[in-house]
Amino acid sequence: MADDVTMRVWRGDADGGDFAEFTLPAQEGEVVLDVIHRIQATEAGDLACRWNCKAGKCGSCSAEINGRPRLMCMTRMDQLPEGPVTVAPMRTFPIIRDLVTDVSFNFEVAKSVPAFAPPPRPEEGYRMAQIDIERGQEFRKCIECFMCQDVCHVIRDHEDNKPQYAGPRFFIRYAELEMHPLDTNDRRELLRQQGGLGMCNITKCCTEVCPEHIKITDNAIIPMKERVVDATYDPVAWLGRKILRRKKATPQQAVTHGA
Amino acid sequence: MTEYETHDYDVIVIGAGGAGLRAAIEAKDRGLRTALICKSLLGKAHTVMAEGGVAAAMGNVYAEDSWQVHFRDTMRGGKMLNNWRMAQLHAMESPDRVQELEAWGALFDRTTDGRILQRDFGGHRYARLAHVGDRTGLELIRTLQQRAVAMDIDVFMECKILRLLSDADGVVSGAVGYWRATGEMVVFSARSTVIATGGAGKSWKYTSNSWECTGDGHAMSLWAGADLIDMECVQFHPTGMVWPLSVRGILVTEGVRGDGGVLRNSEGKRFMFEYVADMFRAETAESEEEADRWYEDHSAGRRPPELLPRDEVARAINTEVKSGRGTPHGGVFLDIASRRSAEVIRRRLPSMYHQFMELAGVDITHEPMEVGPTCHYIMGGVRVDAETAAATVPGLFVAGEAAGGMHGSNRLGGNSLSDLLVFGRRAGIGASDFATGRSGQVVPNQAEIDRTVDEALAPFTRDEGENPYQVHHDLQDTMQTLVGIIRTQSELDEALEKLDELTSRASRVAVGGGRSYNPGWNLATDLPAMLTVSRCVTLGARDRRESRGGHTREDFPNADPEFGKVNLVQRQPSGGGMDEEIKIGPEPIPEMPDELKALFEETH
Ligand SMILES: Cc1cc2nc3c(=O)[nH]c(=O)nc-3n(C[C@H](O)[C@H](O)[C@H](O)COP(=O)(O)OP(=O)(O)OC[C@H]3O[C@@H](n4cnc5c(N)ncnc54)[C@H](O)[C@@H]3O)c2cc1C
Ligand code: SF4
Ligand code: SF4
Ligand code: FES
Repeated sequence: MADDVTMRVWRGDADGGDFAEFTLPAQEGEVVLDVIHRIQATEAGDLACRWNCKAGKCGSCSAEINGRPRLMCMTRMDQLPEGPVTVAPMRTFPIIRDLVTDVSFNFEVAKSVPAFAPPPRPEEGYRMAQIDIERGQEFRKCIECFMCQDVCHVIRDHEDNKPQYAGPRFFIRYAELEMHPLDTNDRRELLRQQGGLGMCNITKCCTEVCPEHIKITDNAIIPMKERVVDATYDPVAWLGRKILRRKKATPQQAVTHGA
Repeated sequence: MTEYETHDYDVIVIGAGGAGLRAAIEAKDRGLRTALICKSLLGKAHTVMAEGGVAAAMGNVYAEDSWQVHFRDTMRGGKMLNNWRMAQLHAMESPDRVQELEAWGALFDRTTDGRILQRDFGGHRYARLAHVGDRTGLELIRTLQQRAVAMDIDVFMECKILRLLSDADGVVSGAVGYWRATGEMVVFSARSTVIATGGAGKSWKYTSNSWECTGDGHAMSLWAGADLIDMECVQFHPTGMVWPLSVRGILVTEGVRGDGGVLRNSEGKRFMFEYVADMFRAETAESEEEADRWYEDHSAGRRPPELLPRDEVARAINTEVKSGRGTPHGGVFLDIASRRSAEVIRRRLPSMYHQFMELAGVDITHEPMEVGPTCHYIMGGVRVDAETAAATVPGLFVAGEAAGGMHGSNRLGGNSLSDLLVFGRRAGIGASDFATGRSGQVVPNQAEIDRTVDEALAPFTRDEGENPYQVHHDLQDTMQTLVGIIRTQSELDEALEKLDELTSRASRVAVGGGRSYNPGWNLATDLPAMLTVSRCVTLGARDRRESRGGHTREDFPNADPEFGKVNLVQRQPSGGGMDEEIKIGPEPIPEMPDELKALFEETH
């Protein structure tokens, strides 16, 4: 005899809402998103959720499952503790409806990061050593699920911090560009002032939830904090360390460089 | 009268996968007022899922590679049904398009001398796929997305387009759709319109495609009077997951085989050696030893048969399973565990490792995977001009998976991502030139707007009716069982009858709830396109009475040289939309110039 599963799914909109309970027969090997889809197909056709790939690749289906940010498509039902499974929208972002939140904050922050600015491409293409790009590749695994942003306490409970805080997803973006062997922009002052890197107190919650296992704190935030300090207090030391590998523009030059 | 907001642009691009992003970047770069519209959030399009790589004859690993070889591989993979000029432009331009991504921030895996590394894939003579582990699509889409953001292109996210609009002269002049978040209607007027809406796999039950792949662009183009070609040519990728059932269809990248993985049946036999067609015999290994030598050095042996084009491998798997030599869950084994070290597997195929570990509880460094065919890609699409990507109605340009011709009857792995870049850019140029040359005020047809809005909202007005999820489910069942990988006359006829029934059911769907982010309603508005595309695929499959590439007829098992000379063209001559009958007929494929023909003779 098949067991049942009970789901407590948050339903509502910007004006408020509550958990609704659904009980369905369990099916082998299912993930949370499968059960949500079955609820849509049978009991609640208008139950809102985002998803695309159903394979952990697009970062659309983020939700808080039993209180923890997870991808619904990569969370197997049989690996959750027995008893009802709670599915709620990410708390840091305004609700649109049910499990769908307004994540436009992240797209706005993305616009504020100055673009990659390499020297002109040589005829036969750029040369870069694998070892010099490995760190950048780690950061570029990011699927923009925004769960690190969701869990970061600097903005999770402090809406007013949002305008001057980029958040962990964008700390790795700054770090990726800063560590890119060909980039010529210097974004450290921007990261300090506009990105609010100083507000992060290295709790590592972001790293813990990252489905791509990116070491956000150890590999991006901490090194960037060091580099930002260099930029503020000791530009010569920073330059000395960098100049061996490449030339970086000053913040003033950065604006005019390679659009 | 329903209220709606309006926007006016020079160029609108519908679809923000690789093709749409590349087109929008090009149009914006040329100074045109450009909008990019997509059904999902930016960066989530199906392109993000591409794994193995992007094909370009850069010759970084094998200097012998050249556009001529890439062109020849592409044409042979497509069983010569390809539009030769598209295949040629694609082979010539893809190296530049890939390198350009590096200038925009992409970080491809490197060779030891610091150039872009290239990997082997089925049907490609040389290691040709630039890649980033097995997440190449993510790299491609993120790079283009970041470029588009840096250029300040206007993006309309989670905005579903329902219909194209034309003006009084029949020139495509924009589109109408709705915001998913609010359900509010929105109208775009535009001097040129680019369609880059991707594929149509969601009409099948087992598919690697995301929910967005409902063939909207194919259907909207047809409804606007444009020609579709070769819609019967649908690619079933040989290796999708088969278990657990809930993940059935999710893709297992061909990179597994490119990196040394082999296919075995339940008897442990590497069965692909039995399935080498004459066309490929000269270049395929005859023994396991020879095949294994090839992985180390391509001049020491010929290619393993596991790396034959996808249609060949998919049919072979299908036959093995039907002959009772399948795995417990109805697939075959894909084994890399016994052939490569755990360390190599984890480094080269990280997402595959996670996918199986997390979804199936299978450790692919220790156990074989169970795999079987899954609906993956549609080669058929909107007929376009190779140079400009212009469709056969003025004002409309089409690129990416929504366009037809480039891949003939079967696409080689890696050739889609490069197609997106090459023809995305060309569509951007074509649309920009058209927009610049178009004079006068752009006035979309009001009656079309009103009718579309009414039709879209109709499901809310019915108190009782069909459940859209059920109609979709039944459509998937129909296409899976009757218009799947192996087809036959009686089943295709049955499918057409079922499609009539489903179409009439779809016209009676009712949805509950409001207009704000309502997936049931959203699905109801996807159904017309899914049904239209399913019908086109079925009609094409019925009329192409031969087997070629992605189209296999049990009752006509061989390729017919006469059919090899024609595209099956489908159109609604008066651009009448959903209700008009679809006309289908053969038209000659463009003939290849002699100097290109010579490329095929040399090698035999
Ligand atoms: C798992 C997987 C792996 C793959 N791996 C490879 C590979 O390694 N190499 C390779 O070359 N190819 C690969 N492919 C194929 C390739 O990824 C696709 O063919 C390609 O990404 C399609 O790109 P596109 O730009 O045409 O459309 P898509 O990326 O599908 O984008 C379509 C866009 O159109 C939008 N859209 C659709 N309809 C509407 C509408 N009505 N209104 C508004 N917007 C709309 C969507 O929101 C989306 O933004 C793979 C495919 C899959 C599924
Ligand atoms: S480590 Fe910093 S960025 Fe990450 S969650 Fe903690 S405070 Fe936020
Ligand atoms: S860094 Fe990790 S958690 Fe944050 S958005 Fe990217 S993938 Fe998600
Ligand atoms: S649906 Fe793409 S990550 Fe879950």
